[in-house]
Amino acid sequence: MTTVLGLTLPRLVRRDHASVSMMVIAPFAALALAAFCNLLLYAGLGINPLIVFKAMLIDPFTSYFSFSEILLKAGPLLLIAQGLAIGFRAKVFNIGAEGQFVLGAIFASAIPVYAPQASGLWIWPSMLVMGMFGGLLWAAITAFWRARLNANEILVSLMLSFVAIQILNYLLLGPWKDPMGFNFPQSVMFQYDALLPILLPGTRVNVSLVLALVLAGAAWLFTQRSFAGYRLEVGGLAPNAARYAGFSQNRAVWLSLLIGGCAAGLAGAAEVAGPVGQLQRSISTGYGYAAIIVAYLGGLHPIGIVFSAFLMATLYIGGDNAMVSAGLPIAAVYVFQGSLLLAYLILSTFVRNRLEWPDKAPAVSEVGRQ
Amino acid sequence: MNAIEFILSGMLAAATPFLLAALGELVAERSGVLNLGVEGTMAFGAALGFIVVYNGGGHVLGFVAASLGGVLLSLLFAFVTLGLRANQVATGLAIGILGLGLSAFYGKPYESFTVSGIGKIAVPGLSDIPVVGGLFAQDIVVWLALGTTVVLWYVLAHTKLGLLLRAVGENPKAANSIGYPVVLIRLGAVAFGGAMAGIAGAYASTIYTPLWADGMIAGRGWIAVALVVFGTWMVGRVFWGACLFGAVSLGGIAAQTAGLSVPSQLLTSLPYLVTIIVLGVISSNRTLLKINGVPSLGEPFEK
Repeated sequence: MTTVLGLTLPRLVRRDHASVSMMVIAPFAALALAAFCNLLLYAGLGINPLIVFKAMLIDPFTSYFSFSEILLKAGPLLLIAQGLAIGFRAKVFNIGAEGQFVLGAIFASAIPVYAPQASGLWIWPSMLVMGMFGGLLWAAITAFWRARLNANEILVSLMLSFVAIQILNYLLLGPWKDPMGFNFPQSVMFQYDALLPILLPGTRVNVSLVLALVLAGAAWLFTQRSFAGYRLEVGGLAPNAARYAGFSQNRAVWLSLLIGGCAAGLAGAAEVAGPVGQLQRSISTGYGYAAIIVAYLGGLHPIGIVFSAFLMATLYIGGDNAMVSAGLPIAAVYVFQGSLLLAYLILSTFVRNRLEWPDKAPAVSEVGRQ
Repeated sequence: MNAIEFILSGMLAAATPFLLAALGELVAERSGVLNLGVEGTMAFGAALGFIVVYNGGGHVLGFVAASLGGVLLSLLFAFVTLGLRANQVATGLAIGILGLGLSAFYGKPYESFTVSGIGKIAVPGLSDIPVVGGLFAQDIVVWLALGTTVVLWYVLAHTKLGLLLRAVGENPKAANSIGYPVVLIRLGAVAFGGAMAGIAGAYASTIYTPLWADGMIAGRGWIAVALVVFGTWMVGRVFWGACLFGAVSLGGIAAQTAGLSVPSQLLTSLPYLVTIIVLGVISSNRTLLKINGVPSLGEPFEK
């Protein structure tokens, strides 16, 4: 029995079966806990927490346009998180989705940058394919380092993200800078055929959202219903058992990283060919990191991730609102994201464990046993 | 001053943020806990330290505030991973994102403000030697960091406390069965790591480059985590690794001032690229990692 300052602490005891109801409750309870802590933080800065609450979680749903902006933001988060979750389930921690996203954006931009006059229906689909290839290539470096050189994939993929940002800077300040762009670090504006078709008239929501939802379905099939998905998970979770069964851990590493890189690269391509319409420094706004939170908050399950992606997108749009209406610094969104993941990790402990409170008179029985 | 003199005299100061954070992480990892929140903890410490120093609190108070901030974040980490036995990788990332967010949140009003650093203490005689003399004129924190390195090496290698820490990381079940409080020892190690990361951040923001800019830690916390692997969990090797990174980050500046026609982005990427390459070289020696590694690293301890 652990006691601290005379208080007897409850013990964490493993449940016989994972609690399904706790699994469903945990993300919502985490949201409530994180929201409560963050509103206290804002109150500490002298910002009215009620105004922030309304701006963040209610206002985004009060107009067609701001709701459409949530759909727009959810697309890349959904894509990246689905890819990452497949790896996370196999214990392959690709933390460098941000870099893979940037490389996807760069590769996709190569087409309109080098062929600004080209027209035709082939352009935007080719850009998406190029984006996937870029993300895949960048993730392949990490996969090689992990599978062949035994290096930690967390550190390598993260370092590569820092390098990716520098490649982006180099291109935008040098060879890809728009000659008519008043020296701003950005590429030319893309031509009409290099932009994704709009899905909902009057908004910026484009076909990439459909793509993201279709891929979410594919992820569900892959992880829940296919043998390849099962092999991948076992290869990562229990490398020794997997080896006996003829599944290899290296395969799990390669597959996880390539899927993750592909998805992140696609999201990067959809960003430059979608709402941004050119290659800019500001395309890297931390989607790759936010998607890690989305993946966990969705319980690493393809369906759960659909919901958590929309939740995270709401926080982005709501954060922008709160910046305007309550003068909240934009960093508040990152504080919220970090505390949300932390709150989720705290609460999801109780999916597999429960607290056992000590008896009223434990001392007697303890002594008795000795 | 030529490039070699420039690098030699500045190398130790540039290495200090890496060194302090890496030594803290080394202690945590030796006890079996992988805390990936170092980057965010450093950023939080950097912001707290800067705010205190800017508002006239002085460097000592700034460093105290930064270390307390680091301890606070690491206790949060410890509560979730040691108390509730949650996944250490995910929790570390959460702490990292939270720390980066808090540093930007509280640092925003101070963006691009500066404070004055502190003077250097030269070793009489030695600092007058040509070329290498610059090595012997450093600020007090660098000297203290060097002292901490020696003390930590001694504690880990030659004291009962060090033995206990290593035992908990090697085989927590055995350590527990002979009556050592595994969770409590890990808690202490994690808190020490948090304090060191906070101080490392404060050194970066108030002395090494005494200017506040959002994102100023720029991956140094992650490189510190990598340094622990490079150093194969040994204090001496982590020290040399930190020196290497100090030299590499100055090498970029030296090359630029020498007028080398290399894109500045390549020079900025240099520490990251070196990390990737060295990580590949060291890790591919699987026996080395196996012999020196911490068997229980990252795994929750259950009685």
